[in-house]
Amino acid sequence: MNKKTLNLNYKIVCDLIEKNAKVLDLGCGSGELLKILKKEKNINSLGVEINEDCVVEALENGLSVIQGDLDKGLDEFQNDSYDWAILNQTLQSTKNPEFVIYEMLRVAKKCIISFPNFAYWRIRFYLFLKGKMPKSKVLPFEWYNTPNVHLLTIEDFFEFCKKRNIKILKSIYLTRNKARSGFLIRNIANFFCEQVIFVITKNI
Amino acid sequence: MGNKIYSKTLILKLKEPIKLKCGRTLENIEIAYETYGKLNENKNNAILVLHALTGDAHAAFYHKDSEKPGWWNDMIGENKAFDTSKYFIISSNILGGCKGTTGPSSINPKTNKPYALDFPVITIEDMVNVQKKLIDYLGIKKLIVAGGSMGGMQALEWTIKYPEIVQKTIIIASSARLNAQSIAFNAVARNAILTDINFNNGNYYDKKHPEAGLAIARMIGHITYLCEEAMFKKFGREFKDKPNFDFGIDFQVESYLEHQGQIFVDRFDANSYLYITKALDYYDPIKEHGSLENALKNTKSKFLIISFSSDWLFTTKQSKQMVNALVKINKDVSFVELESKCGHDAFLLEFDKQTKIIKSFLRG
Repeated sequence: MNKKTLNLNYKIVCDLIEKNAKVLDLGCGSGELLKILKKEKNINSLGVEINEDCVVEALENGLSVIQGDLDKGLDEFQNDSYDWAILNQTLQSTKNPEFVIYEMLRVAKKCIISFPNFAYWRIRFYLFLKGKMPKSKVLPFEWYNTPNVHLLTIEDFFEFCKKRNIKILKSIYLTRNKARSGFLIRNIANFFCEQVIFVITKNI
Repeated sequence: MGNKIYSKTLILKLKEPIKLKCGRTLENIEIAYETYGKLNENKNNAILVLHALTGDAHAAFYHKDSEKPGWWNDMIGENKAFDTSKYFIISSNILGGCKGTTGPSSINPKTNKPYALDFPVITIEDMVNVQKKLIDYLGIKKLIVAGGSMGGMQALEWTIKYPEIVQKTIIIASSARLNAQSIAFNAVARNAILTDINFNNGNYYDKKHPEAGLAIARMIGHITYLCEEAMFKKFGREFKDKPNFDFGIDFQVESYLEHQGQIFVDRFDANSYLYITKALDYYDPIKEHGSLENALKNTKSKFLIISFSSDWLFTTKQSKQMVNALVKINKDVSFVELESKCGHDAFLLEFDKQTKIIKSFLRG
């Protein structure tokens, strides 16, 4: 992801989270987002990350982080023990996204899920015109080495939540350097937006 | 750096007897300890490092009469993981040991002879209680504890027992309790000693020591400290020379174990080996407190737990058990499984990544 989009993504996530919240960042990488959240929102945080080098970097960033595999579940976390669970640009690389989302909904009151939109017009045209698996700055990998084994679209996610009675509190659509929320018609967003950030919760 | 820094083992004599978990009381306890770095004015920069089964108080720097530095010299010193320019580092020999702290080879004041098997059976909890006396003597009220293997169990016990004192806890290649497999290895090791022809019910101090038994115990230990891959890398199937078609030392790996066994009997007491492995086997805060969550519920410490991928003696699963309990009760914990091909020994060898991690953890 380019720096600008990344910063925009971080800023939006940061704006969503209230001060002093308890935040679980799943797939936290080296902890860039948590670092920002700690500084801006004084959050109480924990990161979960599968990659050893990233865990070491996150620790060097002064964060509390646990090495673990999201696909194995969040057994150690109690129900509703976090205000927020974040899955930032990670959903598409989990082996069992449905299970991961259910686990997030279980352990946190609210969840933030962001992912690259595979129905973005450039991606559609890439496949249409070149007849090859689309690549972009957001999706830089080849078909044979991509960690993104569950690519999806904005429309897919709406459908997914509807079928499971998961409540969508917010959807924020990102183009290269702009964020829009609420106003766009889903179909248009699904075509024009490169990324999306959803805020979801259990429908009680 | 350049110049060798020297350290010296000091002795603290306790005036008060200590009541042990087994119900008996132990008097005239002496604690062998070393310190590195300076205790600051507020006395809040102390780190207690806790040694493993056969370690001693000499954790860092050099002794005048030896070329070999302390057992954690790679981790303790200026700019190292445990930075002596910032922290005051304390290391003491455990109760029941044979490196200066009172143990079965110490003189029993009542008989003027070594205790041998009259020494009471000690536990990890007893070791920690003795260490607490040293910490009190040094006037320290806030403490960071760190240890690998059995040292990790002591660190765990410290934070359970003294939640008001322990600020940070580092547990490396360790577990809340041994599994049946590890107890089995210890049992075999003890049997090797107990059945040695020279064991003489522990009263061997003025005679020939049970060296063969202790050497076998050490060999078993060394097998468990390595892993298949480490052994393959170190020895493969290489012969020392050529096959001899007898039952002498043929393979390199045999030669290594023989050597490790031999050098060990010169520096360790067989009775201590019995007592310490028993303490390891007995330690079980899960049973003691009903659950690990319950054991840890009053802790105020931040935790760092490290395991190694090829360690099959103290497994990642066992580390995760502690991590999961801490997460469940909302404690501040970090965990990493470091990739290593060194088996359990990794905690003494893989110091690059450990240094990075521990430094960050201590800073945070």
